[in-house]
Amino acid sequence: MEKWDNNKAWFLVLPVFVIVAISAIIPLMTVVNYSVQDIFGPGQRIFVGAEWFKETLADHRLHDALWRQFLFSGMVLLIEMPLGIMIALAMPKRGWGVSFSLVTLALPLLIPWNVIGTIWLIFTRPDIGLFGSLINNMGLAFDHTSSPLDAWITLMLMEVWHWTPLVVLLAYAGLRAIPEVYYQAAKIDGASAWATFRYIQLPKMRGVLTIALLLRFMDSFLIYAEPFVLTGGGPGNSTTFLSIYLVKLAVGQFDLGPAAAFSIIYFLIILALCFVFYQVLQNVGRGEKA
Amino acid sequence: MKPKKRTIMLALYFGLLLLPIYWMLNMSLRTNADILSVLTLYPTDPTLVNYIKIFTDASWYSGYINSMIYVAINTTISLSVALPAAYAFSRYRFVGDKQIFFWLLTNRMAPAAVFLLPFFQLYSTFGLIDTHIAVALAHCLFNVPLAVWILEGFMSGIPREIDETAFIDGYSLPRFFITVFIPLIRAGVGVTAFFCFMFSWVELLFARTLTVTDAKPIGAIMTRTISATGLDWGLMAAAGVLTIVPGALVIWFVRNHMAKGFALGRV
Repeated sequence: MEKWDNNKAWFLVLPVFVIVAISAIIPLMTVVNYSVQDIFGPGQRIFVGAEWFKETLADHRLHDALWRQFLFSGMVLLIEMPLGIMIALAMPKRGWGVSFSLVTLALPLLIPWNVIGTIWLIFTRPDIGLFGSLINNMGLAFDHTSSPLDAWITLMLMEVWHWTPLVVLLAYAGLRAIPEVYYQAAKIDGASAWATFRYIQLPKMRGVLTIALLLRFMDSFLIYAEPFVLTGGGPGNSTTFLSIYLVKLAVGQFDLGPAAAFSIIYFLIILALCFVFYQVLQNVGRGEKA
Repeated sequence: MKPKKRTIMLALYFGLLLLPIYWMLNMSLRTNADILSVLTLYPTDPTLVNYIKIFTDASWYSGYINSMIYVAINTTISLSVALPAAYAFSRYRFVGDKQIFFWLLTNRMAPAAVFLLPFFQLYSTFGLIDTHIAVALAHCLFNVPLAVWILEGFMSGIPREIDETAFIDGYSLPRFFITVFIPLIRAGVGVTAFFCFMFSWVELLFARTLTVTDAKPIGAIMTRTISATGLDWGLMAAAGVLTIVPGALVIWFVRNHMAKGFALGRV
């Protein structure tokens, strides 16, 4: 199926273009503007060129936050993707169990992000939380406000709890789309459960899994509200991810210049990653059609 | 034996999924003094005092109304601009189509923190701070690209012969689009609306920054439980439980369409 050539189609895209331009390009221009100036107050600003960029790139706290961010997103993907697929495979295929499972799975996804932080704050505190007191009663000292390791464990638990359902929902949708005849053929061939998964289910789920992977990577890379509520970036700086550090710079210290330079670098990193993913996504699409 | 093991594993997972939510519900039914004195698995002396406080205080419950207003505005805007655009991307080839599509996707990936300050300044200039429309527009930044992305997937699943036949039959594009095409992809529209609702409802960084009092979302109002005497955990938990309710209602209504909708599109 070839697409029709028609430049008038631009008129259909125009509303989207205008609305996203207002909410993306104009603010981005402001950021660029800030990043090359030193602002003392209204009307008092001098052009400083690439000064803020040099300063920001040399900022070791930014480097730390970046590595922390990659570690966090990497761990998120390594845990959530296999777990999500496993649960999707175990889901019931018909009956009342389907509705029940879907509703339960979607529940964490529709809770505002700072409330997610609140839930886990209440759940893991050593004094009033079930999880926190349980661990402490087992004789293990657990306190996410003082130990960096405990803070990370708590954050990972929260993240896995919060977002694995999205992977499950997408993987489940992919599984449901596989026609029954494939399974019948596999049965006739006497294929094992593993072979069925490896050669039928996994390739058929490739499209939805790519989207799950993309969404999970993007959102874990941009994480802000949950760790902000739960740990506030601490103890020390051990859970200060990129967004938290950026907001600290921009709103907390009101260092507009460095914050703007940081914003642009942050955005460029994401843009580069997005481009790689986009290419992968396109290739997956082509592979399916062929 | 095997299906049984599978069911047990699944039941365990759902149990763990619900446990933190149950714990918050447990907290919300107890007074703060009770919470801090003993740790019990269920409220021994359940009280609705926290909920009563929220429902009788306008500054509390208006937060829910504010959130729902801007989520509704955002979902409406996102869907109405994304529908024609997604159709263009799925049916036509035009100058810069691939570039525009990629550019839209990058906005879905834009860190909210990057746009925080400029947004505040932009909306201040137009006097839009503390209005529902400001938050709704800000959320368009990530919801419009997502809506275009999902809808394009659904639309590409509809054979182009349907369009051609309709045009030969003398349908104009707008008439064909509204009376024939949209009903064909209604599952996709539903899934897209669900996602727009979800991401606008759960986002708070923009919503908190762009509002002062009149349009403040419930999530931001919750921080008021931190007072001079320390945190009021019971009240905080009750407010948290109430933020889950609208989402849970939406899921309940779309539960049967969800699996179908996901499976149809390339989503």
